Amino acid sequence: MSTSVPSTAPVAYVLQLADNALVLGQRNAEWCGHGPALEEDIALANNSLDLIGQARMLYSLAAPMVDAAASEDHLAYWRDPEAFRNYTLLELPHHGPLAPNARQARDFATTIVRNFLFSNLMVGVWAQLQNAADAQLAAIAAKAIKETRYHLRHAHDWVVRMGDGTETSHARAQAALDHLMPYTQEFWTHCVAEQAAMDAGMGLDLAALHGPWQAQLADTLAQAQLQLSPVQGFVSGGKNGSHSEHLCYLLQEMQSLARAHPQAVW
Amino acid sequence: MNEPTDKSPQALKPLHEWPLWEVFVRSKQGLEHKHCGSLHASDAHHALQLARDVYTRRQEGVSIWVVPSQAITASQPNDKAEFFDPSADKIYRHPTFYAIPDEVGHM
Amino acid sequence: MYTQALDLPDGQAAPAARAAPSDSALQSHFDAKMERDEKVEPRDWMPDHYRKTLVRQISQHAHSEIVGMLPEGNWISRAPSLKRKAILIAKVQDEGGHGLYLYSAAETLGTSRDQMLHALHTGKAKYSSIFNYPTLTWADVGVIGWLVDGAAIMNQIPLCRCSYGPYARAMVRICKEESFHQRQGYESLLVMMQGTDAQKAMVQDAVNRWWWKCLAMFGPPDADSPNSAQSQRWGIKRISNDDLRQSFIDATVPQAQVLGVTLPDPDLKWNEARQHYDHGAIDWDEFWSTVNGNGPCNKERLATRVAAWEEGAWVREAALAHARKQQARALKEAA
Repeated sequence: MSTSVPSTAPVAYVLQLADNALVLGQRNAEWCGHGPALEEDIALANNSLDLIGQARMLYSLAAPMVDAAASEDHLAYWRDPEAFRNYTLLELPHHGPLAPNARQARDFATTIVRNFLFSNLMVGVWAQLQNAADAQLAAIAAKAIKETRYHLRHAHDWVVRMGDGTETSHARAQAALDHLMPYTQEFWTHCVAEQAAMDAGMGLDLAALHGPWQAQLADTLAQAQLQLSPVQGFVSGGKNGSHSEHLCYLLQEMQSLARAHPQAVW
Repeated sequence: MNEPTDKSPQALKPLHEWPLWEVFVRSKQGLEHKHCGSLHASDAHHALQLARDVYTRRQEGVSIWVVPSQAITASQPNDKAEFFDPSADKIYRHPTFYAIPDEVGHM
Repeated sequence: MYTQALDLPDGQAAPAARAAPSDSALQSHFDAKMERDEKVEPRDWMPDHYRKTLVRQISQHAHSEIVGMLPEGNWISRAPSLKRKAILIAKVQDEGGHGLYLYSAAETLGTSRDQMLHALHTGKAKYSSIFNYPTLTWADVGVIGWLVDGAAIMNQIPLCRCSYGPYARAMVRICKEESFHQRQGYESLLVMMQGTDAQKAMVQDAVNRWWWKCLAMFGPPDADSPNSAQSQRWGIKRISNDDLRQSFIDATVPQAQVLGVTLPDPDLKWNEARQHYDHGAIDWDEFWSTVNGNGPCNKERLATRVAAWEEGAWVREAALAHARKQQARALKEAA
């Protein structure tokens, strides 16, 4: 879909991609040192490193379009929650519905199901963006798609192990799916930034991804012997700037040290 | 949700461990697979996945072999026969190598 | 560093060589190997005490790596730049990997991962006591890289020539990665020391809190270490605690000068006659108190590891259950 004159990716959409990667990378890093097995600790850390790497490349791409003085860290640490455009799905804690100041242990099933739902979408998105008219975005997509395929495979395998494992794991996986599926409605709703990207020759066509996303989901759930949860109820709006209560806590923790030293270089 | 685990040593059943796998990696420019070490995984597919994470740190273009540790047959050490541990011909003695239940068959 | 526990009495007296007559040939053969500095491999005969000592040392080294992920992991979520966040995740991940290589080496001696973790979780096995202290500021992360990893490297390089093959080979792999960590830690401190007054103060404060703890990492003076001689004969421990500690101080003082931090020891001064730095007295009472369970973070570190293990039990069970179901299906199809 490239045009004869190279276009620049619309900055709002690049920020959305970057915010998704950063927020999920931050969440997955929370498992470091707490995983169910040493090997899986390392696997989740790899996942987090990939996502943070993607975030850095995307923020660096966006920065000069935002402001001549902006940097990747400026965009990550100095924007407030209402400026973030990540999917609400990604900012949720690693457990079922609960207020941010209630406490519950991390649930591996929630982490894995969330990774699955998101990676399933992003393999499609990156595949399209490899043809973006913006060469830098296309290059980022080419790298990210390899990583995301791996994330999808890891998550798929674990969804199957849990769904087709023990009664306990099956129940947890089903509960996680029931909790998280409604947040995927947000993938397909209208969004100004996404529309701009679609109109600017970035190769993006979200509607075209819906069918394959559902097909992969059905295949994985069948192998996992899990029921497809109803996709209904409240439609989240993170990508349009309407977040849950969780994002504020996540960002405050992430940004607090940098903001305490505004002039510092690290 | 979590049953309290019986922590006495006698209650540790080796088979609750993920089995042990030896990992061999050939780097992109390499000529042969080299033994890197071992890891625990629930099956071969899982072992390959984890080997990529643990022993290659996500490098591209590498070839990975995983083998159940107890499936490997080792040659005799250089020492004369009486100077080494005659634990059949396994690569080493591991508590889980000799306790496979019948219904699982070959792991 | 992580081998400090080697020199601590483990509750069992080291048995004198009580080889039964039929074992004497095996023992001589083994001793000759030690003399010739040859490697012992998993299937070679080895004295029971050698095997037990190695299982203890290697597994405690592994436990140290795993527990060590916690004080540093404490700052991942708050790292002040994306680059530093990525570096820290990679470092903590490497430590997990080192733990894994070491568990892997220990398993060649006839113990299993679960057995070793059981020993850790029930308090029977130790880990390096340096990780029983809190990381209170971001500068602690850099100081741990510079000083704690620096001390670890001093201890670990000689282990690359350890008599037990799998341990020596694991150490070679680990040492390659650790020097990278030390450089990254030092570099982050350099940047801070060229930064704001608040950053400089943060670094100096961290150095003040960690310096003496790092010196104690090398273990008690050799005069107080009963097992050293045996371990040195076995090629497990090659350089004395005091000598390693001295090398560490001599190497680190110039590094501190470049950084512009003051090491919190008024007695630290170059001794021209000895060609080494003299230093003040280490508080061994505090060291032993922490080693024996009364440090600031002992209970939290262990409880955190136990919690991760127990909360993860259903995950590990699920993977095994699924693998068995797959096996059963495959067998059924083949039938």
